[in-house]
Amino acid sequence: MTLLLLFNITNGLIVGAFYVLMALGLSLILNLSNVINFAHGGFLVIGGYIAYAISPYVGFWGALLLAPPLTAIIGLAVERVLIRPLYGRDPLYSLLLTFGLAFMIEDGTRFIFGPQGKPFAIPPFLAQPLSNDLFFITGYRLFMVAVVVIAIALLFLLLRYTRLGIRIRAGTLDLETVAALGINVRMLRSLNFAVGIFLAGLAGVLAAGQLGLEPTMGTGLLMPSFIAIIVGGIGSLPGTLVGGLLIGVASGITAVFFPAASEAVIYVMMAIILLARPRGLFGEEGMLS
Amino acid sequence: MTAEQSRKLIVLVAIWAVLLFAPYWMAPLGGYTALATRVLVLGLAAMSLNFLLGFTGVLSFGHAAYFGLGAYGAGLSLKYLALSTPLAVLCGILLAGLCGAILGLLIVRRRGVYFAMVTIAFGQVFYYIAFQWSSLTGGDDGLRGFARQPIDLGFLKLDILTNANVFYYFVLFCFALAVGAMGFILRSPFGRTMIAIRENERRARFLGIPIERHIWIAFSLSCFFMGCAGALYALVNNFADPRGLHYSQSGDFVMMAVMGGMRSFWGPLLGAAIFVVLQDYLSSVTVNWMSFVGLLFILVVLFFPRGLLGFFQRSKA
Repeated sequence: MTLLLLFNITNGLIVGAFYVLMALGLSLILNLSNVINFAHGGFLVIGGYIAYAISPYVGFWGALLLAPPLTAIIGLAVERVLIRPLYGRDPLYSLLLTFGLAFMIEDGTRFIFGPQGKPFAIPPFLAQPLSNDLFFITGYRLFMVAVVVIAIALLFLLLRYTRLGIRIRAGTLDLETVAALGINVRMLRSLNFAVGIFLAGLAGVLAAGQLGLEPTMGTGLLMPSFIAIIVGGIGSLPGTLVGGLLIGVASGITAVFFPAASEAVIYVMMAIILLARPRGLFGEEGMLS
Repeated sequence: MTAEQSRKLIVLVAIWAVLLFAPYWMAPLGGYTALATRVLVLGLAAMSLNFLLGFTGVLSFGHAAYFGLGAYGAGLSLKYLALSTPLAVLCGILLAGLCGAILGLLIVRRRGVYFAMVTIAFGQVFYYIAFQWSSLTGGDDGLRGFARQPIDLGFLKLDILTNANVFYYFVLFCFALAVGAMGFILRSPFGRTMIAIRENERRARFLGIPIERHIWIAFSLSCFFMGCAGALYALVNNFADPRGLHYSQSGDFVMMAVMGGMRSFWGPLLGAAIFVVLQDYLSSVTVNWMSFVGLLFILVVLFFPRGLLGFFQRSKA
């Protein structure tokens, strides 16, 4: 029983790490640009399939290094051409546009790579379980968690100490003042978008190694990421981090006792949060209320 | 009667004439009555959403949930409760409306993008329930094993099950009731208040209008109407599909409203007509119809954000 519980908690943490990667990117874009990026799951798929396409030439490690920045470049182009004209308009429009874009990415992937799932090879030494008792802790899972932790640490360092990061945080609080201080807000939004998409691309590569590739792999992660943001509190990145891990573990634990409800439990958590603390765990009152 | 009033009257008469004679002019144009029925039902759904989106100005992106609840309500009532079509419609409306009203209490606490996200997420709850609770809802396969029943008026028996035209008029009758109620509400002082909230929420608040309560009422009403559309949709197909509750269906509804014109009462019906006919056509000629629908979303947002009716109205002005 303890083992089963431990197994599911580990699973929950790993799934939660994916939610966190997705949700942090979504949250960055939402906070600065007021855009709900429905195509975020689509960018995860792009990241995964880029890794799949280039790994025969550059290997697993090359794909892990190259796929996220390539995804971010595609994200930059999309932002520049499609999303930039919509800033300042009702958020409805960017929501609809990214919604349509998600359709196109899913269908396009299916068209290019076929509807069947694709395997994505990981280095053999990562695929082995570390011990016989704890069979579920494979090297790859530990490696994934390590990569996610490093990525998140780098993101927070970027936001804390670099000029770009400080401007992003300032813009989240008051974009008008930031613009009045002579900072190129358009550029800021583009770079911020690219950072968000980079995280989605990274999640895509990691997910490909764990679950294999499918054109629909992003859709299932999108809704829990929304909930991670709502539970953690809009406007707070640490909140998103906690929210993602929390719902991952909660659904892992529920899977032990009541498997059918493991999807539903995260919605119940959201409802409770909205009842008891509408701004979310770490949200500040007045942010986007 | 002023010129403006008579113009409006002519447009109204024209719309109803087109709808009344649809079974007769659709067939020569290559359509079929069942397509007209679907346009009518999805048009009602898009108009119900627009009741909230276009006239109160709050963005709900999870309305498919209430559409689907209406469908399941009607289906379950026919399957387990009684073989009565009016009762099924009523059950659908009540299930969707009551669920909407209860969740609305939670949802109206937020505004803007947050509102949209919370509505999407809550909408998905019902999708998972329909998907997981196989013993009641049929799970992934959807709810089957029910059929709409002929209506006995005492002096007249309406065979809506086998006669497509009679069923169309039954749907049109329900549509007219719902749309009439919507128009009546929008003309009432309450409807005017909704528009005031859309135009300037802060000012409306300073005038002493209880904003949250008004948005909650508008949200609940819109869910009741949505439930009506959903119940009719279950009758159209004799089937309720869990994918009807999914957020991608909500996106389609928002798209219909935007494409037709959010600021006009009839716009969403036009949007639904275009969307349904286009989807029907595309899915028959290409397997990649999803890409084309996605492209349509992008093009409409970038080039026709006011929708077709908005576009015409502006170019006239």
